Amino acid sequence: MNWTVIIDYIPAFREAMLLTLRIGWMGIVLAIVLGLAGALIRYYHVPVLSQIVKIYIEVFRNTPLLVQLFFIYFGLPKIGIKLTAEFCGTLGLALLGGSYMAESFRSGLEAVPLIQSESSLSLGLSRMQTFWHVLLPQALEISVPALVANVIFLLKETSVFSAISLMDLMFTAKDLIGLYYKTAECLFLLVVFYLIILLPVSIAGSFLERRLRYAGFGD
Amino acid sequence: MPDLVTELGLNVLFKGKNMIRLLGGLWVALRISLISVLMCIPLGVLLGVVMTWKNPVTKALSRLYLEIVRIMPQMVLLFLVYFGTTRMFGLNLSGELSAVIVFTFWGTAEMGDLVRGALVSIPKHQYESSAALGMTENQIFLHIIIPQTLRRLVPLSINLITRMIKTTSLVMMIGVVEVLKVAQQIIEANRMSSPNAAFGIYGTVFFLYFIICWPISLFAGYLEKRWGV
Repeated sequence: MNWTVIIDYIPAFREAMLLTLRIGWMGIVLAIVLGLAGALIRYYHVPVLSQIVKIYIEVFRNTPLLVQLFFIYFGLPKIGIKLTAEFCGTLGLALLGGSYMAESFRSGLEAVPLIQSESSLSLGLSRMQTFWHVLLPQALEISVPALVANVIFLLKETSVFSAISLMDLMFTAKDLIGLYYKTAECLFLLVVFYLIILLPVSIAGSFLERRLRYAGFGD
Repeated sequence: MPDLVTELGLNVLFKGKNMIRLLGGLWVALRISLISVLMCIPLGVLLGVVMTWKNPVTKALSRLYLEIVRIMPQMVLLFLVYFGTTRMFGLNLSGELSAVIVFTFWGTAEMGDLVRGALVSIPKHQYESSAALGMTENQIFLHIIIPQTLRRLVPLSINLITRMIKTTSLVMMIGVVEVLKVAQQIIEANRMSSPNAAFGIYGTVFFLYFIICWPISLFAGYLEKRWGV
């Protein structure tokens, strides 16, 4: 292990990490929006849309992100849809994440007893109020562990972006290994930088879960 | 509609042995996940039982193991094993063997956590009531605890299998010639005659993964519903 080499390589890895974070963050936010929308459509049984969302969820939950990205990045341009690599990465992550998030949100919504909505409606709350003040807070509380797991899963999935030639951490590591044979140093930096990204999320996630559990049931 | 088929590059599939090659590639990916699953089920059950022990040392160690697997992307683990072992120990592992090692390492942790979760979820009164009924320790496990644990465990571990299959698509990045790599080769070879092959071939790979994982997921969902966990 050569420490001067490691210090030399840090800027390249930092750049790569920023790219991972940029795409990861955008993808996850979009995935949450998409997932919530999908879950609501499924929960309220919106005709037609509900069936479409169901197919979307099944397709994206049952295929690997790498294959989805290959199809979006290399396949779609052949029928006239050309997208930049970064956009493809974000889109792929959002679509994959959306399908997982939708399932998590839906199971949260379905776990809230029906009596809660009925009671608030009979108390004179509007449908919107019932949803925002009664249904959603309780559903979120139940979904949080699954949502945190999804976020970590999605951040980990960003490691396949190098396949569509995005200069992420994996790409940088592979590139530098290929160019200079500093395998040990590159692998060390790879692990360190993924820890920098994922460790805070993991710790914050378990903190959040504990907080919510105490607030909820006191056990 | 032969024009549309050509337009989308699907005709390449029926040229020569392309479809057979693609399926052969798929089998390589499936074989890796199958071997890994077979290895990590017994190891995971063992780990799960160990994780329920109150011993602080085993607790800390299994916790550390689980966190490593949780946090490190499988791709990083693949790189570590594939490139790292060559560099540090002079071992020259094939891509396929590295993949099996990584997926077993990863799957064992996931399976262990599932087993632990299932064991812990059995309420204490189940043990106590069966003891009060005069059952021996072995009888309690055989007739009361294990059946209930299995009902919780089986659907979840089937889901783990689909995750394993999906994750094997990563092995192309360490040079294993599996379905995506074969697809790439076919597209390259037919670049001149059918420039649109990328759409049809990658679309087919997409479909193949779906057609394998979807029934397994449906089965897991069915079991979950039927056994009412």
